[in-house]
Amino acid sequence: MAEWAAKGESPEFLFWVGCAGSFDDRHKKVTRAFCEILQKLEISFAVLGTEESCTGDPARRSGNEFLFQMQAMSNIEVLNMYGVKKIVTACPHCFNTLKNEYPELGGNYDVIHHSQLLADLLAAGKIQLKEEEKEAVAFHDSCYLGRGNGIYEAPRDIILGLKKELKELKSCRTKGLCCGAGGAQVFKEPELGSIDIQTKRSQEIMDSGVQKVALACPFCMVMIQDGLNKHGKDKEIQVVDLAELVQQTMI
Amino acid sequence: MHIFLQVLFILVLVGLGYLVTQRFKLIIASIQLARPIELNDNPGERWKRVALLAFGQKKMFQKPLVGIFHFLIYIGFVLINVEILEIVIDGILGTHRIFAPFLGSLYPLLLNFFELLSFGVFVACVVFFLRRGVTKVQRLQPDAHRELQGFPIQDAYTILAIECILMFALWTMNASDALLQERQVAHFEPVGAFFVSQYLMPILSNLSTPVLLILERVAWWFHILGILGFALYVTYSKHLHIFFAFPAAYYSSLEPSSKMSNMASVTHEVKLMLGQPVETNTATPDQMRFGAKDVMDLTWKNALDAYSCTECGRCTEQCPANQTGRALSPRKIMMDTRDRLEEVGKGLAKNKGQWTEDGKSLLGDYISAEELRACTTCQACVEACPMELSPLNIILALRRYQIMEQSDAPAAWNSMFSNIETNQAPWKFNPSDRLNWAKS
Repeated sequence: MAEWAAKGESPEFLFWVGCAGSFDDRHKKVTRAFCEILQKLEISFAVLGTEESCTGDPARRSGNEFLFQMQAMSNIEVLNMYGVKKIVTACPHCFNTLKNEYPELGGNYDVIHHSQLLADLLAAGKIQLKEEEKEAVAFHDSCYLGRGNGIYEAPRDIILGLKKELKELKSCRTKGLCCGAGGAQVFKEPELGSIDIQTKRSQEIMDSGVQKVALACPFCMVMIQDGLNKHGKDKEIQVVDLAELVQQTMI
Repeated sequence: MHIFLQVLFILVLVGLGYLVTQRFKLIIASIQLARPIELNDNPGERWKRVALLAFGQKKMFQKPLVGIFHFLIYIGFVLINVEILEIVIDGILGTHRIFAPFLGSLYPLLLNFFELLSFGVFVACVVFFLRRGVTKVQRLQPDAHRELQGFPIQDAYTILAIECILMFALWTMNASDALLQERQVAHFEPVGAFFVSQYLMPILSNLSTPVLLILERVAWWFHILGILGFALYVTYSKHLHIFFAFPAAYYSSLEPSSKMSNMASVTHEVKLMLGQPVETNTATPDQMRFGAKDVMDLTWKNALDAYSCTECGRCTEQCPANQTGRALSPRKIMMDTRDRLEEVGKGLAKNKGQWTEDGKSLLGDYISAEELRACTTCQACVEACPMELSPLNIILALRRYQIMEQSDAPAAWNSMFSNIETNQAPWKFNPSDRLNWAKS
């Protein structure tokens, strides 16, 4: 972003990579896949790079409002300094915080989730598809995308737009079962219970009979992968982000 | 005798009316102890919610069968109450079926309609009884959900029983009335036999006229006393939702369920820390806690939610933590909040409306840290609630108190906090490596 600013230009989007997209080895692949799509389609975008910092979501959900607001205000300072207008992010937690919680602290941006952008691009026919055998893909709703922000259709439109067969899981849409990560759960050991939430969710994925499950959240990715590993199904069922699904299918 | 009964009726009516009013006053005073929150924006959207969620019971129909039976009880009770109006006027004036002469042929039609509704109420109550006791719907079982043990499950069956008995009283009253009409006893307007109660007539027809006269009066008194007593009972019961569903729907959150409320008091502190300009009049009072330890630290909407909850357990049924055997049950959060509010209310009543600390609190005495920590903030509870009540907001307010006032966090969360502070990410990565994904 600093380079664009130095040239006195502004890109169409600021891509908010998020901590998982920046540091988590698995999710870095998603970040790269999404960038590749944007570059192929010649959509101009920038990233904040080392100027980006945690949105504060896990701090706020765990109860640490101080830390959240510290993060939020310093991020807003950076974003406003660059005059950012449109933000796209691949993380529903960053998405929710930037879209719904930053405005009250002085950060007003047009924020979209990458599934919305990809669904729009597919609908507009901007993405050329490879000829492929029709495969069945299940979609795991993430709470902060679905229930939180009502985004149920865009991810499904992507799967259908890629000419794949969409398999609905037993609990889906408004009744979608959480992966167990939200509310800063992913940053601590779970409380005592009879079964891990991700194990239960992964069972539903296995029961659907698919070999591929798509999702749209880095934390769901961690949890669902863990659940499938514990079931010993990691070889049989592939976990992909919607951006990877698009990147793998486009020419 | 007539005058005596009229006076007695008026005394009972005024007495119970007074008790019910006192109860409502106390409940409202307890709710008002909680913190203020502005929820008067967008009245158009709010009235729409009242129409859809409360009057229309839109979300109840997500379980269609239950939705239909619940609707039967609801319209039954709302419309049969029109008849209560007549009963009350009759009771005060010592008249009998005072509306009959005015409504003419419409009167029997109307009463037949009420009997049809009362039959609907009866059938629905039987179905609900079967769902609890025989088919054992999981979310309604006290052995599966500890919060239902004791009074709550008793309460649930009591309500169903009272509703059935009241319907029987209504039918007995109408059946003996119809028999007395047949026998052309004075004062009994010939309005005819009715839809349901006609089937009770053969059973009662062997009784002598004086006995029937007494039976009719007993049923009449039982019915009206039952209704008035029920109105008082309801204020102690989960059944209070018949009144509070309407304000709860009006004041329900118009924000996305994933959005957490901003704490202005913290914004003030953070701005001071960052050296940003602050409005001087927004300073927090010293005694103001960060987050909620007790019910008065919640918002009045949280308190209203707790009083509106019907303990149906749709929230707990959808809760991922509860489904996987964890201590958290969103329904228990609501019930605990109400129980604590009731306790605070008792304190208020004792101290002439002044609240004095009783050494107890919602957090600790009612809700444990373990329950709070199991929440994934997935909002399934909010989504599942037919009245859009939010156990989640209560959980999050309590969590804020735990972290900011008690510094009570699991070690892993403390590491996460310090990582965010020093490395700008929840994990211990070097912030200068943030763009490394672009390099390989």
